[in-house]
Parts: sequence; C-alpha cells; structure tokens
Amino acid sequence: MANNILVVGELEGGAPSATTLELLGGAQGLAAGGSVSVSLLGTGATAAAGQAAGAAKAYVSDDAAYDTFRGEQWLAAVQAAVTQSGANVVLIGQSVVGRELGPRLAARLGTAAAMDCVSVADAGGALQFTRPAYGGNALATYTIATSPAVATVRAKSFEPASGGGAGETVALPGAGESRVAVLGSEKAQSTGLQIQDAAVVVSGGRGLGAPEGFQQMEALAAAIGTDKAAVGASRAAVDLGWYPPSQQVGLTGKVVNPDLYIAVAISGASQHMAGCSGSKVIVAINRDKDANIFGFAKYGIVGDWKAVVPALIEELKKLK
Amino acid sequence: MHIVVCAKQIPDPETPPAAFKIDAATNKVIPAAGIAPVLSQFDGIAAEAALRIKEAKGGKVTVISLGAESAQAAIKQVLAMGADEGVLLKDAAFDDGDSYTTARALAAAIKKLGDVDAVFCGRQAADWDMGQVGLLVAEELGWPVAIIAKGVEATDSGLKIQRVLADGFETVEMPLPAVVTVSNEFGDPRYPKLPQIMAAAKKTVTPWAAADLGLDAGSVGKAGARLQLQKLFIPEKSSKVELIAGDTPQEQAAALVAKLVADKTL
Ligand SMILES: Cc1cc2nc3c(=O)[nH]c(=O)nc-3n(C[C@H](O)[C@H](O)[C@H](O)COP(=O)(O)OP(=O)(O)OC[C@H]3O[C@@H](n4cnc5c(N)ncnc54)[C@H](O)[C@@H]3O)c2cc1C
Ligand SMILES: Nc1ncnc2c1ncn2[C@@H]1O[C@H](COP(=O)(O)O)[C@@H](O)[C@H]1O
Repeated sequence: MANNILVVGELEGGAPSATTLELLGGAQGLAAGGSVSVSLLGTGATAAAGQAAGAAKAYVSDDAAYDTFRGEQWLAAVQAAVTQSGANVVLIGQSVVGRELGPRLAARLGTAAAMDCVSVADAGGALQFTRPAYGGNALATYTIATSPAVATVRAKSFEPASGGGAGETVALPGAGESRVAVLGSEKAQSTGLQIQDAAVVVSGGRGLGAPEGFQQMEALAAAIGTDKAAVGASRAAVDLGWYPPSQQVGLTGKVVNPDLYIAVAISGASQHMAGCSGSKVIVAINRDKDANIFGFAKYGIVGDWKAVVPALIEELKKLK
Repeated sequence: MHIVVCAKQIPDPETPPAAFKIDAATNKVIPAAGIAPVLSQFDGIAAEAALRIKEAKGGKVTVISLGAESAQAAIKQVLAMGADEGVLLKDAAFDDGDSYTTARALAAAIKKLGDVDAVFCGRQAADWDMGQVGLLVAEELGWPVAIIAKGVEATDSGLKIQRVLADGFETVEMPLPAVVTVSNEFGDPRYPKLPQIMAAAKKTVTPWAAADLGLDAGSVGKAGARLQLQKLFIPEKSSKVELIAGDTPQEQAAALVAKLVADKTL
C-alpha cells in the first residue's frame, strides 16, 4: 500500500540529525509509491532541507524560537505539516522531542501513537509497529486503525536515506505561544565522545563496589582509544551516585548499539539489556557464572573485575 | 493545592527473566507464581514529589488508579505514604484499553473531582513502558505539561520543574493547573511505617465506574482503543556465550583480546 509519510525532523548543528536521516531512509522503504516529506524547525531549517536526503518536500520554518524545543510551539507547526502533506504515517525519533510530540500530536489528530518502535514493517495490510515492552522482556507488535498512524522510532532502527535533499520547501508559520517557559538549561559535562556515538562502550555496574571503580572503566576505555570508546553505567550505579545519569544505559537511559559492549560487574537485568542488546559483540566480566548477562554475551570472563580489568588494560596497551 | 497522583499496579518488573511468560493465545503476561504485583516504580516517585509539595505548601493529595480490584493495594501504598484520598476506576468496560482510553477515564475522574490543581504521573508505566498517559491526560484537560522531571517545586505562580534531557537538564516553569511526569532521577520514594500502613488500610477507596464518569462503555477499554495489539512475544536470544578459559586473569585477558582482534572487533 502506498503511504504518504511525514518525518518530523530535528536539526543538529544546522543539518538534519542522524536519526532524521534514518527515519527518511525508513520512510523511503515504506512509502511504496507514496510521498515522503520532512518538517524542519529552527535556525537554518530552509538550508538544511537541501540535505534531507529522501524527502521530496520539506515543511520549514527558520524561526529561532524553535531552536529550544517547546511542545506547544512544535505541535502547532507539525500539525500544520501533517495536514498540508496529507500524511497517513508520521515518524518521529524517540528523543526529547518525540517522547512529548508523539502522544500529543496523536491526541490532537484523533489518532494513536506507538512509542519507542524498533521496527516499522509493511506486511501487506496496515503497517506493523514493533516495540519493546515489559522492561525489554517482550516485544509487542501493534497496528493503528486511525489515521495518521504516529510512531516514535529508536535511533539506528533504519539505514539512513540516500539521494538528494528536498527539492521543494513549504513555509510553516513561526512559533506561537507556549505556556511552558524554559528558564535555562545545563549541559552534563561529558568528556568528548557520547556513548551513543562510540564504537566501543565500557559499562560498569553495582558490582564495581565503589565510585572509584569507574576510574578503572575510564582507564579501560582509554586503553581502547579515547576516540573510539566511551564509558557507560547501569542504573544501579547511577542511582548510587557513582556516575552521571547522562551515561546510564538502558530502558530509562540511553540506547547504544556499538560494535563492542563490555559489561563489567553488571548482572544483565532486562531493563539494562534494553539499552545495549543491539550491540554487535557483548563481552561480560562477572564473578557469577549464572549472571543473566552471559545469556547475551558472545565472550565472557567469569572472575573478579578487580583482577580481570587491569590485566585487560595491559593487554590492550600492547596492541598500540 | 490539590494534587492528583495517577498510580498503576503492574506485574513486578524485577521478576527474574526465567519466570517471565506470555500466553500467546491472549497476548497477555502470565502472572509469575508467588510474585505479587507492585505499584509502578515511577508512580511511587510521582507520589513522593506530590507529598513533598503538600508538606511545603499544604493542600491535599488524591491517588487515582484504573485497574482491577487488586489495584487497591497500589492505592493503599500511596495512602500509607501520606496521600489523603483514593479513587479506583474499576469497570469491565475499561478492560484491554490503550493509553488513550486510560487517559480519557483518568481525565474524566480528575474533572469530576473538580478542584484539582496539578496531576503527577510516572514517566512511564513499568509494564508497557509507553510513556503516553500523562501527556494524553494533559491534552484531554487542555493543561500544560512537562515530562521526565527530576525536580518539582511549587512557586507562587505555578510549578518550576527540572527536566532530564539527553545531554543534561532544563528548568521550565508553567502555570497551574498542569501535568507533570516524574522520572527516577527525582530520587527514592519514602517507605511508609507500620502505623501509617495500618491507618491506610482503614481508609476507604472510592470506586467509580464508567457511568459515574459520564463515559460511554463504547468509548473506553477495548472498544475505544486506537492502538491494536497484534502480538506480544518473547524475543529469541541468539547468543551462546564462549567463556574464556585461562589459569590467570592475564591469560584470560590475552585470550579475549586475541579473539576480539581475530574477529576484527578491535
Ligand atoms: C522501570 C525500570 C527501569 C529501569 N531502567 C534501567 C536502565 O535504564 N538501566 C539499567 O541499567 N537498569 C535499569 N533498571 C534496573 C534494573 O532492573 C537493575 O536493577 C539494574 O540494571 C541492576 O544494575 P547492576 O547490574 O549494576 O546491579 P546488580 O544487579 O546488583 O548486579 C551486580 C553484578 O555485579 C557482579 N559482581 C559483584 N561483584 C563483582 C566483582 N568483584 N567482580 C565481578 N562481578 C561482580 C554480580 O555478580 C552481579 O551480577 C530499571 C528497573 C526498572 C524497574
Ligand atoms: N491504569 C492506570 N491507572 C492510573 N494511572 C495510570 C494508569 N496507566 C498509566 N497511568 C499513569 O500514566 C503514567 C504513564 O503510563 P504509560 O503511558 O502507560 O506508560 C504512569 O506512570 C501512571 O502515572
């Protein structure tokens, strides 16, 4: 079935974000003869439309008031883009924007949203939206009978779009009122590489026993390469105050899909695995041979991390 | 200030994965033997946030749950924490609804209470992990909303909220009435003590059915749902772990690094 798809884009440094390009890639595959359009809001939106590969049309507003996300302002603009594009499917990233916009947009359009999807598939009839549920223990597949179907989609669920940018732009109105005022923001101090972008993620858990354990995790990441590896943490470790919330991996933290995920003294609860089970290779270091993490790992070392991690650091240094 | 806390009872999310089973015929989770359902963690935190405002500014806290009779336990837990009144939305017509029908019923109950200044929800119910109901309640009521709060403070003009973003925090302010969803970064909820638990056990919980809320049975539950669950299943685990042998950690580390290099992972 042909689908007219609107991707709610997000800008990053004046260009469509990586997730936006992935959603456009997914939309290309699902359109089946229908149209693909994108909405872009904020400074540089019109220029960024030229880089929105896969979209035929871009609904844009360069109003700088959109640079900070405020739900009410974005809702009005995106709702206009949905109506004008005649979309029967709306795709949004599972981000600060998507988490708020997905349900609210669906409510205003009299339809429903499927949140945090890991796949959107065309099985002949209505599109099928699949998402993790029950802390990652299960997957649930939904259809949406009302139109448009709204879905928020996890990063890296689709391959990025190829081809040229949007050939046509349509102006959206500038930002209206917002009852929610943003008073200020604070960036978490993260040194360099973000865990979502790292090729290798070294994560520590409660079994590290003390915050100092994370110095060893940082040393392990450094031995792999500061340009390649970043340090994550389980929620238990974050809740204990051992590492910042911005580094939490899991259901209520970040979702990472690195080439290599090294889980140190982490038991492998479903809610943790929900954030890293898409990693290409998982290595687990745990002293309990029955720990759940070994059910997900390709390689495991059963032992005390205090002995294994320093040995690993020495071995990795030899590679340089 | 009158704050409503929306609280859901769910299967214990910390049920060991081996005890987690699904009935493929009904697409429902089979309750694990001997593991009692619990108050969804984030809702306990939302209750904590509401109670701290009540302590600072006065007012009252009402807890509302939509669910089966067993959800009384979740309501009683929030009452024991210090909430003043409890309401259970219970009706066969509510069964098998979606986020939208749940929000519709909760919003109707909040309207019926009449004098509500704020609604506090969890960031997501820890069963379906959807994260929609708070936002949909706000839309139904036409109130402003701020999600994933790690700090909530009542000011003279409304609520000041610290929100968790992907790479930091943001402070926002909004007028009342308003909806907030609260995240685990807020901190742990209090543990009620025995006398409070006993006092809560004696409190009556008001039951409301669809008709009490002026809702047509066809607009709630399965009949009113817009999101249709086709299949609930346990994904297959593909990994077969290779445990790295060795007499010393040094030998194990060397063998692991050799394998990762051979695989071209490193
Ligand atoms: C709704 C909800 C959302 C959640 N979201 C998240 C989330 O986003 N991310 C997340 O991580 N969790 C999340 N959790 C929590 C999750 O259920 C687990 O409680 C948590 O992941 C456990 O963290 P952990 O593995 O570090 O600690 P534990 O489960 O305590 O495991 C510690 C491990 O360390 C091992 N160990 C101890 N000492 C040593 C040693 N010396 N050497 C080697 N190994 C050792 C132990 O054998 C054990 O396996 C969530 C829970 C709920 C209910
Ligand atoms: N059945 C329910 N009864 C009361 N509150 C609920 C119910 N379902 C969801 N909520 C509230 O809405 C929040 C988000 O739920 P959800 O959108 O299902 O993830 C929960 O944390 C609760 O505060």
